[in-house]
Amino acid sequence: MTVFSFAFYMFAVITVASGLMVTLSRNPVHSVLWLILAFLSTSGLFVLLGAEFVAMLLVIVYVGAVAVLFLFVVMMLDIDFAALKGELARYMPLGLLIGVVLLMQVAIGVGVWTVADGSEGLRQAVAPTEIENTRALGMLLYDRYFLLFQLAGLILLVAMIGAILLTLRHRKDVKRQNVLQQMWRDPAKAMELKDVKPGQGL
Amino acid sequence: MTSVPLPVLMPALPEILLAVGAMVLLMIGAFLGEKSTSTITGLAIALLVFVLGLLVVAPPYGTTFGGSFVLDSFARFIKILSVGGSAIAIAMSIGFARAEKFDRFELPILMVLATVGMGIIVSARDMIALYMGVELMSLALYVIAAFNRDNLRSTEAGLKYFVLGALSSGMLLYGASLIYGFTGHVGFAGIAASIKANGAGVGFVFGLVFVLAGLSFKISAVPFHMWTPDVYEGAPTPITAFFAAAPKVAAMGMFLRIVVDGFGPATAQWQQVVVFIAIASMTLGAFAGIGQKNIKRLMAYSSIANMGFALVGLAAGTAKGVEGVILFMTIYLAMTLGAFAVILSLRRKEGMVEDMSELAGLSRTHPAVAWSLAILLFSLIGIPPLAGFYGKFAVFGAAVEQKLWTLAILGIITSAIGAYYYLRLIKIMFFDQPVAAFEPMPMEQKVVLTGSVAFVLLFVVFGNPLIEASARAAKSLF
Repeated sequence: MTVFSFAFYMFAVITVASGLMVTLSRNPVHSVLWLILAFLSTSGLFVLLGAEFVAMLLVIVYVGAVAVLFLFVVMMLDIDFAALKGELARYMPLGLLIGVVLLMQVAIGVGVWTVADGSEGLRQAVAPTEIENTRALGMLLYDRYFLLFQLAGLILLVAMIGAILLTLRHRKDVKRQNVLQQMWRDPAKAMELKDVKPGQGL
Repeated sequence: MTSVPLPVLMPALPEILLAVGAMVLLMIGAFLGEKSTSTITGLAIALLVFVLGLLVVAPPYGTTFGGSFVLDSFARFIKILSVGGSAIAIAMSIGFARAEKFDRFELPILMVLATVGMGIIVSARDMIALYMGVELMSLALYVIAAFNRDNLRSTEAGLKYFVLGALSSGMLLYGASLIYGFTGHVGFAGIAASIKANGAGVGFVFGLVFVLAGLSFKISAVPFHMWTPDVYEGAPTPITAFFAAAPKVAAMGMFLRIVVDGFGPATAQWQQVVVFIAIASMTLGAFAGIGQKNIKRLMAYSSIANMGFALVGLAAGTAKGVEGVILFMTIYLAMTLGAFAVILSLRRKEGMVEDMSELAGLSRTHPAVAWSLAILLFSLIGIPPLAGFYGKFAVFGAAVEQKLWTLAILGIITSAIGAYYYLRLIKIMFFDQPVAAFEPMPMEQKVVLTGSVAFVLLFVVFGNPLIEASARAAKSLF
């Protein structure tokens, strides 16, 4: 067994096992931790494929941001998971039905499966070999799909305007700190020196 | 390091101008604050008018971005309609927003950004660009539906629109992924070539139906119309006017381009779907409008029925049919904007009224408004020689030419049934006892109403250049 295939099997087994543990573990915080392990081993699989940029992205974005966000949400929201499990049992028949329908759809998909010429070659070379990943992705995003990239930016801009517009409220009754105003205070005007005689008070 | 040349940007110039302009306006608004609202509204209208002028005078035709964006005479025609419709809708919102105290500078900016999305969808020649354009347009529309956020109904309209819109986006994406899977292409040209070579298989037809379902939602055709009456009623009235005008025209343009350009060789397959949607929309629009009491809900059902009529022309599947749809949508835009100019002026001291019975005796309190609205309603019914007649004539004519007799006859019958609610409105205005008078109509509404009535009345004399232009636009699609 080469190092390559050993690494592949190790990462693959860890990914599947931790994925299973995400759904099976009783404590939701443990679920999130298992999810982080699944992300990490998946990024190992990406490195094996030669897609190092996606692997790093997975670690930075999913482990660094998304999973930590999940962890915060799970820990901050006071959800009664035992009650949720009870609900789960009630909807089990419906869930199974949907699962069966989805399986049948997959069966249809597999039924009409055809392999195009040259697809095997494409699968062998997931990432381009002559230039590094980052540059290849940049060429696609900023050249071939320039329009789509810019449109995605515009959509995010609209989402940002919308979120601010619909939720931000300027409350008039809250006293705010104005740093400049504070710094520009004139001691001569703001302060008054009083000569207090001993034993007399003001 | 090889330097990559910048793609040709000229064909997308109208959209680039609008997008950059919207960002500049956003900066002005962010730094000057709420007091800049009227300046920004004025500048947004000026920007739209400038882009409109560019499209009319010197349209930069061409294909760019690897063939996923095209400006041809079809896209140009629809863009002129949607940019013009947006400009008029922004102009009509000024007085209302001020009176109802939700005049914030983001409103015109979001309307301009929605217009960018409309420009993208009528120009998109691949599924991804189409989807991005749809999302850009829809996201801006969801936000402005909930714009009056302290009003419960406006918030409800926004939420409803958003949830159902997300569902339709999901269907559109699912269909697009199936089509990509079964044809191997996302570009319309590639899809059409693949269907021509391999025929339309079951998988492709599956995807086609999902895509058409997603698109029907955007033009509010039955059975994907459920959101329309609630959103029209709940959203602030000038925003309803905007919804009913520009995005509808743009979405119809997108519908035309994808079925003709992308699914052209599978005409027999999409024709069945379009025939069904057309019949269902016409029938539901005609019958469900009868019981309505709220004039905005009535306009919603009227727009559902009108989308059905427009699809009759598309069902023919010919250049003549597409020409009919373009002409119909042009006339629909003019009539809708005029009708909403009247609805926006139904204001008393205590606030807006939306109930149809409040229009009683309008012919005695405001004769000019009553007569204008009556002309628009007669045109919506399709009485010759008003413009609405020619629109319906063009779409039904195209259907008859393709021997789609049932469709044309059903169209005429439902059009006669729909006449009932328009005529009832006229009866209320002219023969019922007047209730209290309304506040005088603001200037911008007067201008829009006059323009709309003039268009409807004079189309019979000066309509020919418009018919020729829509024929040219339709030809560029085939």
